[in-house]
Amino acid sequence: MRANNVFGLVYSNSYDSALSELTNLRTMGSVPFGGRYRLIDFALSNMVNCGISTVGVITKSNYRSLMDHLGTGKPWDLSRKRAGMFILPPFLSAGSGGVYHNRIEALHGSLGFISRSNEEYVVICDSNVICNLDFDKLLDAHDQTGADITIAYKHGNAPKLNDMMTFTTDDSGRITAAALHQHGAIDVDYSLNIYVMRKALLERLINEAVGLSRNDFEQDIIRRNVDSLKIFGYKPQGVARTIDGLQSYYDISMELLNSVNRNALFTPERPIYTKLRDDMPAIYGLGSNVKNCLVADGCIIDGEVENCVLFRRVRIAKGAKVKNSIIMQDSFIGENTELNCVITDKSAVIKPGKTLSGAENFPVFVGKGIVI
Amino acid sequence: MYKKNECVAMLLAGGQGSRLGVLTKYIAKPAVPYGGKYRIIDFPLSNCVNSGIYTVGVLTQYQPLELNDYIGNGQPWDLDRMSGGVHMLSPYQQIKGSEWYKGTANAIYQNINFIDRYDPEYVIILSGDHIYKMDYSKMLAFHKEKKADCTIAMLEVPWDEASRFGLMLVNDDGAITEFEEKPKNPRSNKASMGVYTFTWSKLKEYLLADEATQGSSNDFGKDLIPSMHKNGERLFAYPFDGYWKDVGTIDSLWEANLDLLNPKVDLDLSDNSWRIFSNSPAAPPHYISADADVQNSMIAGGCEIEGQVDFSVLFANVKVEKNAVIRDSIVMPGTVIKAGAVVQYAIVAENAVVEENAVIGERPEAMENLADWGVAVVGSGVRIGRGAKVPPTAMIDSDIEGAE
Repeated sequence: MRANNVFGLVYSNSYDSALSELTNLRTMGSVPFGGRYRLIDFALSNMVNCGISTVGVITKSNYRSLMDHLGTGKPWDLSRKRAGMFILPPFLSAGSGGVYHNRIEALHGSLGFISRSNEEYVVICDSNVICNLDFDKLLDAHDQTGADITIAYKHGNAPKLNDMMTFTTDDSGRITAAALHQHGAIDVDYSLNIYVMRKALLERLINEAVGLSRNDFEQDIIRRNVDSLKIFGYKPQGVARTIDGLQSYYDISMELLNSVNRNALFTPERPIYTKLRDDMPAIYGLGSNVKNCLVADGCIIDGEVENCVLFRRVRIAKGAKVKNSIIMQDSFIGENTELNCVITDKSAVIKPGKTLSGAENFPVFVGKGIVI
Repeated sequence: MYKKNECVAMLLAGGQGSRLGVLTKYIAKPAVPYGGKYRIIDFPLSNCVNSGIYTVGVLTQYQPLELNDYIGNGQPWDLDRMSGGVHMLSPYQQIKGSEWYKGTANAIYQNINFIDRYDPEYVIILSGDHIYKMDYSKMLAFHKEKKADCTIAMLEVPWDEASRFGLMLVNDDGAITEFEEKPKNPRSNKASMGVYTFTWSKLKEYLLADEATQGSSNDFGKDLIPSMHKNGERLFAYPFDGYWKDVGTIDSLWEANLDLLNPKVDLDLSDNSWRIFSNSPAAPPHYISADADVQNSMIAGGCEIEGQVDFSVLFANVKVEKNAVIRDSIVMPGTVIKAGAVVQYAIVAENAVVEENAVIGERPEAMENLADWGVAVVGSGVRIGRGAKVPPTAMIDSDIEGAE
């Protein structure tokens, strides 16, 4: 399948409530991750890396930080005359009530964009899935199986998210049964919420569902149609990790300290693009001691840091001891502080001499701009 | 119809920079990497946009491919403009024939048409081989206040170094009374920084006259400015106080990079109000492993550090394997330093590979004769074989076989 015959749709608010600490002031898509990225970078980069050049970003609420991050779409090469990136905010019109409550409403609100696009196929993604996948192969699989809908899935323990879909597939890969879970499931094939289908089919399914007052995408569009439509599963190669809460956010961040995981996510063949900030490279002071850390540009480190992810422009003062922590951009960790298993949101300040300690299965969270 | 600009900047970027040897074999000097993620030209370009000058002509001649590619449409510096923006100006064929840029003044002469399109009052002439942060708008205000025809940015240098520079004797109101070009016994320590502001009508007049002068070398410093001085035009020196470094030699390039690690040096790249913009590749944050030891260094995105790094500047995507040692060195993008290798007092250019246990450069303490010591340089894409040794001051531009 030619990627220029495919457009993308990304939900920027997917499962916001699962990560309420970080999404209190922003969308899931603009949650910082991995030292310099925002979660939506992964979906967008996967799309553009396979040649998709039209992407609609569906927003619902709190999307100021998202707009700020996306700008015109330039960092993903999506600032274009032909095609490009389109932000799809809630649409208030007769018959629809503004802010979306579910995926079907969101898609229905975006029908204008969907039907106007010239491409024949659509790929739909969530932004809480951190992945670097070869979407070309996903599109090819969709072609080869002759599926109506292809859903990417992964084997393992399903994330603890609402309406998490798990599948049973037959030998050909066709999904023969789908189940919905709320509290996770162990050792199953679970959906990565990456869908491929014809644009015309998507339009028909949405209009049908809305006409019948059905409002649950997984239940009413996928599960209800398992027999009537050819729905195939596709198990991609490459990394795909779903965030289902602060704990998994912490764990998946920490996995990046392992070179196998890091190299799989940041492959030179399919770079992950993000907004540039023009920070200087990181500076390590005399007497700094850094072990097993991921460090972004602009950091100035004079203290001790071990097993941490440091975002752009973080300052670690002399005598500070920071371990097993995630320190987001522009945070300041003062002299002689001790931090263990802490997540600080942007621009947090830990004043000199303070001690904060969580546990690996219970990280302490310090909100945006909080001064301790 | 072009929108009138009060001030246009012309950036001289055509020099080969032959004293940088293998580093400028395939690239022009302004494209030489500096400071972990920048290239030299980022400094004058960023100074321009930070000073509110959005029309910049970049004069290229020597090896322009990399430079053209790097500048692109100027977007990383906000120089993709509806009117103005950055323009790459290479020599071109004209009806009377074609010629290369014969000198700095001739390069501007050949682009009089470009400048005239914007009908500017003033033109700022910059060079692409200096590292400094300067607000040209302040210099322009000074130029206007003094009703000058030409203003030359001036820096007070240490007296013992003064004889390396073009010097100016200046009276109390800033007017230049005399020039001295690299004198043996300097009478002034006020050096020219190679940054000039001209009133365009005056400059144009002198460019035309200079072109018509037989035997002129068509150079600003040697011909055009002395000629203005001789004719009694109003020449002023604008005092600049801050970090400024000509990175025209291997030693000065090496020093200027390591200056970034010296907190006493007045060059703060983290200052948000005067950011230095660059065209940087998409690289993830760098990784420092549990075995690594990093001290007093600057490290850019995409690096993987497992060895020891001390007082060094590492550019994007450099790999330092276990037990490798890098000290007092500059390592440019994409280079791999394999296990057990030692890089000291050296500049290693882009995409080079230093194999296991190779040794590059030498510490000055370990030299029998200090006069033989200097920074070692490894050119881009060069492979240094296992256990091979690269002596100090060496310039390596082709692969070296392993010694094991």
